[in-house]
Amino acid sequence: MITRRTVLAAIAATTAALFASTALAQDKQTIKIVTQSPLSGPQSVIGEGIMMGAQLAVAEFSKEVGDLGYQIVLQPEDDQATPNVGVANANRILNDAAVLGVVAHYNSGVAIPSSEVYAKDNLVMVSPAATNPTLTEQESTRAIANRICGRDDIQGPAGANFAAETLKAKKVYIINDKSAYGSGIAQTFEEAMKKNGAEVVLSTGVDQNETDFSSILNRARIDKPDLVYYGGTYPQGGLIIKQMRQKGLKAAFLGGDGLDSGDLQKIAGAESMTGVYFTTTALPLSQMKEAAPFVESYKARFSKDPEVYSVYGYDSAHVIISAITAAVKAKDGEMPTRAEVAAAVRQTNFTGITGPISFTKKGDVATAKYVVIEAAKSADANKIVKVLEVAAPDV
Amino acid sequence: MSFSIFFELLPSTLADGLVLGLLYASIALGYTMVYGVLGLINFAHSEIFMVGAIVAVEVLTYVLLGSGLHPLLQLLFAMTIAAAVAAALAGLAERVAYRPLRRSNAPKLAPLITAIGISLFLQDAVRFVESLFGQFIRPFPSIPFFDDMIQVSSTLSVPMKSVVILVVAGAMLGGLTYTVNRTRLGKAIRAVATDRTAASLMGINVNRIVLQTFLIGGALAGVAGTLYALQFGRVDPFTGFIPGLKAFTAAVLGGIGSIPGAMVGGILLGLLEMLIGTFVPLLTDNAIGTEYKDIFAFGILILILILKPSGLMGRSSTEKV
Repeated sequence: MITRRTVLAAIAATTAALFASTALAQDKQTIKIVTQSPLSGPQSVIGEGIMMGAQLAVAEFSKEVGDLGYQIVLQPEDDQATPNVGVANANRILNDAAVLGVVAHYNSGVAIPSSEVYAKDNLVMVSPAATNPTLTEQESTRAIANRICGRDDIQGPAGANFAAETLKAKKVYIINDKSAYGSGIAQTFEEAMKKNGAEVVLSTGVDQNETDFSSILNRARIDKPDLVYYGGTYPQGGLIIKQMRQKGLKAAFLGGDGLDSGDLQKIAGAESMTGVYFTTTALPLSQMKEAAPFVESYKARFSKDPEVYSVYGYDSAHVIISAITAAVKAKDGEMPTRAEVAAAVRQTNFTGITGPISFTKKGDVATAKYVVIEAAKSADANKIVKVLEVAAPDV
Repeated sequence: MSFSIFFELLPSTLADGLVLGLLYASIALGYTMVYGVLGLINFAHSEIFMVGAIVAVEVLTYVLLGSGLHPLLQLLFAMTIAAAVAAALAGLAERVAYRPLRRSNAPKLAPLITAIGISLFLQDAVRFVESLFGQFIRPFPSIPFFDDMIQVSSTLSVPMKSVVILVVAGAMLGGLTYTVNRTRLGKAIRAVATDRTAASLMGINVNRIVLQTFLIGGALAGVAGTLYALQFGRVDPFTGFIPGLKAFTAAVLGGIGSIPGAMVGGILLGLLEMLIGTFVPLLTDNAIGTEYKDIFAFGILILILILKPSGLMGRSSTEKV
């Protein structure tokens, strides 16, 4: 592999930068921004991408607040895609007074319980990827929970419309991984699919650690559904696709943004990808006008290509940094409180790389994009079938 | 549920259950070996299995792919290296984590805790090393030969890899049974298992035999890891946990310490899982979904153990292997 040496170099460079920044921090007041995403476990590919995106944003946008006498430091945390780990981290973070904002989480199942911890002290959270509606629907966390991506109650139906209109699916199998995200999106898909008049032959959950789907797929060989929908993430989704094709099932496969990773093809195998689609709230970088400089500096800094949610991590951190800067200015250079930063985040109004960012009263991004993608043999060749721009519900 | 669906589903369900069961059984053999000799449940076994799986995938991906060798030879080669690395690791674990405790007559719980320590250490060490070179979720390289379908009957076709798993797992059982019952080493292992003190009085180097037992157990884990990677096509540093737990269950079900017991227990657990996962949702009209299969499988395990605490083929006598 070409990247071995460069990865090592990047690690050395990051370490050096960390030491340098702590040295600098001594003569400036430190403000911490935390990222929480899965940095270990099967979903860490995406989680690391989010963290690195945020790291880049801190490097690029903290100059203004630096001139006001504050040093912004990024503190990456690993939520392991596990609710109790995320909550435990959240409690620890909450006790660190220097932390004024959190870029978190990738998984809705982790974001929802953790947001309740942040809400105890008005610590603002901007999620790059948590799409379950509950996150912004809860009254208790309304002041602090924000997201810059779309919602599953729109993503699920968007997928269902695509399945009914374009794929002409009539008989459907629905599988979900029983997480807040997976079961939520599967449910909204199922409801919309039934409204479209399709027959849902089987709707079932699978354990998140399950690797063998024979019992479901053997049945599918007899029922012959024309579509299998999966609510969950790519490590498992890839396996389902692979085992479907091995069992000779030619049915189309559709899923949500949890499948949106360059590793989907690696797990499922390039030859299994015919008829595989997913909806996502992360517009591919190639579709973002302003993305080129981001991609360039990301590659230069980390010697890796950005992952799908990296740019959302970047924009989330950008939102928080801008809010902190605005809050510091509003107090004439004094350290703002967490509640003030949270309020400032709601006032956000600028165009990030992912598009215009402003939040509704609930904390949803005002207009979100939903994309249907047809997977190809390699992730670079994935084709965009459809792009929808939908306003957040109930504003 | 109509009977026609039942009969249509049964052959493929049994075939898939058998393959899954053989995978569990092949991991269970390692648990049973070490338990038979030391009375110790080597919980690090599932991570040694994971290392075997990762080594096999890496060897295939970076060394053998495109080498032009026959796929079976490639697999054999990868399996051998995986077995060697896993055996070395198991040997090392014995020296570092178990032998010092044995020497100092530590309480029985202590090696269990060091075993868990080794498990966590191995998971994170592998994750660290793999992350240095890219992503740690490692896909099994695509080798079409193993996915070739063999038509067995009108309702059943199995991929080549199932046949490979059947043959290799059978060879593991046969080889192990032969080693334990017919060789000098096997005789010594049985002697140590029966009575460690008496064996050492008879001039058997107990520590050496224990080490060799671990080496054999590790090699078996390496082979099992290769089979697992072949079957599921994806491994990562956390792959070991669930199959390890299931294999341990299989060993207990069959009667831990008994080699044929591990095999029977594994196959039984695999078949149960697959049958329950397929037919319970059908019988209940999807009210009870596939995701509950483990509850039923473990419920049956508890039931069997209540009726026969030593496991299906276990004996409560002193001769454990």
